[in-house]
Amino acid sequence: MLEINNLHASVVDIENSEILNGINLKVGKGEVHAIMGPNGSGKSTLANVLMGRPDYLVTDGDVTLEGESILELRPDQRAHLGMFLAFQYPAEIPGVRPWQFLKAALDSKAESRGEDKMSVRNFSKLFDEKVEAVGINPNLVKRSLNEGFSGGEKKRNEMLQLEVLQPALAILDETDSGLDVDALRIVAEGVNSMRSPERSFIVVTHYQRLLNYITPDVVHILVKGKIVKTGGADLALEVEKDGYQEYLEAAGANA
Amino acid sequence: MTNQNTISRESDLSGGEYKWGFVTDIETDLAPKGLSEDIVRLISAKKEEPEWLLEYRLKAYRHWVELEKSEAEPTWAMIDYPPIDYQDIYYYAAPKGTNEAPKSLDDVDPEMLETFEKLGIPLQERAALAGVAVDAVFDSVSVVTTMEKQLGELGIIFCSFSNAVKNHPELVKKYLGSVVPYTDNFFASLNAAVFSDGSFVYIPPGVKCPIELMTYFRINTEGSGQFERTLIVADKGAYVSYLEGCTAPFRKTSQLHAATVELVALDDSEIKYSTIQNWFPGTKDGEGGIYNFVTKRGRADKNAKISWTQVETGSAITWKYPSVILKGDNSVGEFFSVALANNHQQADTGTKMIHIGKNTKSTIVSKGISAGKGSNTYRGQVQIMPGAENAVNHTQCDSLLVGDECGAHTVPYIEVRNPTARLEHEASTSKVSDDQLFYLMARGLSEEEAHHMIITGWSRDVIKELPFEFALEASQLLKVSLEGAVG
Ligand SMILES: Nc1ncnc2c1ncn2[C@@H]1O[C@H](COP(=O)(O)OP(=O)(O)O)[C@@H](O)[C@H]1O
Ligand SMILES: [Mg+2]
Repeated sequence: MLEINNLHASVVDIENSEILNGINLKVGKGEVHAIMGPNGSGKSTLANVLMGRPDYLVTDGDVTLEGESILELRPDQRAHLGMFLAFQYPAEIPGVRPWQFLKAALDSKAESRGEDKMSVRNFSKLFDEKVEAVGINPNLVKRSLNEGFSGGEKKRNEMLQLEVLQPALAILDETDSGLDVDALRIVAEGVNSMRSPERSFIVVTHYQRLLNYITPDVVHILVKGKIVKTGGADLALEVEKDGYQEYLEAAGANA
Repeated sequence: MTNQNTISRESDLSGGEYKWGFVTDIETDLAPKGLSEDIVRLISAKKEEPEWLLEYRLKAYRHWVELEKSEAEPTWAMIDYPPIDYQDIYYYAAPKGTNEAPKSLDDVDPEMLETFEKLGIPLQERAALAGVAVDAVFDSVSVVTTMEKQLGELGIIFCSFSNAVKNHPELVKKYLGSVVPYTDNFFASLNAAVFSDGSFVYIPPGVKCPIELMTYFRINTEGSGQFERTLIVADKGAYVSYLEGCTAPFRKTSQLHAATVELVALDDSEIKYSTIQNWFPGTKDGEGGIYNFVTKRGRADKNAKISWTQVETGSAITWKYPSVILKGDNSVGEFFSVALANNHQQADTGTKMIHIGKNTKSTIVSKGISAGKGSNTYRGQVQIMPGAENAVNHTQCDSLLVGDECGAHTVPYIEVRNPTARLEHEASTSKVSDDQLFYLMARGLSEEEAHHMIITGWSRDVIKELPFEFALEASQLLKVSLEGAVG
């Protein structure tokens, strides 16, 4: 489904600001990949580059989705192809209600594919169902998008969008951070219920905790913009026990 | 047919640029260019006005001449335009055959009906279905007022100003100039001398007007000015919601528009006045466009409430300060405004709240959007007079910048002459952030849709004050007006 080859990226307008330096990653259909790594290793940058954030410049390498390069595509075009990013820090948008926003998002996707838009009635039903499923306070979604939401509420709101939009490739950027155990379970349940042979996930996390609930097919350790180790689900447990120190030292020695 | 379909002009609004720029080809009755006592007399004669009204116009004209001699055209606003040659303007342009007010839709030139159809204005019977009554003013003359009869059964008068002069002279005489005297300011004097037509509303005591009343203004003739006069009187305990919409053709020369609106809210009454102003803003390079100099003011008596809501997306220049004189005890004044200045547009707009009565309360919410090379100034005055015990004002004044060549300014004047007053003032300036744009685009919205969503969301506190059909239209207008400013 997704292939990342030798991906290098830096910050636009800042010289020698390389953050990703040579990432290789292959995510097959139906797979769940976890990306772990210490703070500042480039996990969010990778997630954002995949989604097409204009702050970053890809200086080398390629990213393909179903065999086609996506690097020239705008974020909205990537979304229309079925990509989704659950943000680590979702933006606040005053006066825009989550309902209205999600309906517009769904409509734009349908339109780009020449499909009919979902009726307001059907959408409302779907929306209410998902609001309940992710346990977000129903009063909150009548307010402005993310404005005045607590950290946990923002994450639930990202899950709400994920579940309504049903993307083919979902990237979750530390959706587990700052959540209590109940909320964590909701995130995991959301992912697990959406797991299917047609859908892939990249779950970015700093802690192993989430992976108690979501069993990944593959775990990658990202350090200083490079994947330094890839393994199965037990790699996450190893990291939990021993920390990132050894990888950091190894990466430091290589640099 | 639902309200939404008749009023909103979505089909016209999809593709960018100014969509209302077409010219209607009809014969026009023009008085010669220029302004003189003779022209004032001619306008009055054309309209077969009574002597007292001619006298009123002449007094206003003489006052204006003095003002012009002493160079009293106001210059304090943050707007910049070449001097207006007041002798190079047509002060009277009427579609031929409308010197006599049309009696029904059948008497109206079909070309003109088509114009209003193109604009999406429901003049036909379907207006009734849409739940609005419409007065359409084409150049200087009111061409048709719908539903006059139905409203008449409730004792409500909704007609062109000219008809009001003919049929209800005592009401016009009593209230004309009572809130905005002809000496008020340069443009108000000019208007009082040469006003051509406009709308008149009277709601009798205790009557709540069951439908929205709407006036649609259209400037067609090149080189003509438009000087409407609107007078709305809500008698004791009455209620009315009134809507005003405006467009003009695409012209490379500028056109002058100097209207006056007076609202009189007697004890315990309420007037809600909503405007969507979409006069031609000029070309991208700043050629042409409407110079919009408007005086709007209301007087609120005991327990009365006046609420101004405006969405200003058009005009090359907007100079406009809808105000409320809070004369009666417990009266309430509100001003909700979204003003957008894109390309070379200049907007200097705001409000005046003058607290005279006890326990009077005013609320000001101003949202200024600047894009391109646009300049947007909020100018607001809050005045608490000595007798206004316990007056309260809340002002919120926000600016949003799109791009970095535009400007936003805030000029509040506050004068407090009673120590019991409570005033709050909040102001903010923000930009559409890259984070917000990326967030929306990552969900599939195009850059333009994302901008539109952020901007209408930001304006929501004002837009939600508009009647439903107008709210949709306002949101669409913001979208069209910003095209070219983003991306
Ligand atoms: N837009 C940016 N401008 C400047 N530096 C950035 C930007 N984005 C990320 N960085 C830097 O790149 C490094 C990696 O950041 P990030 O991808 O957020 O790490 P992680 O998500 O793994 O904690 C950090 O040192 C961060 O400061
Ligand atoms: Mg991060």
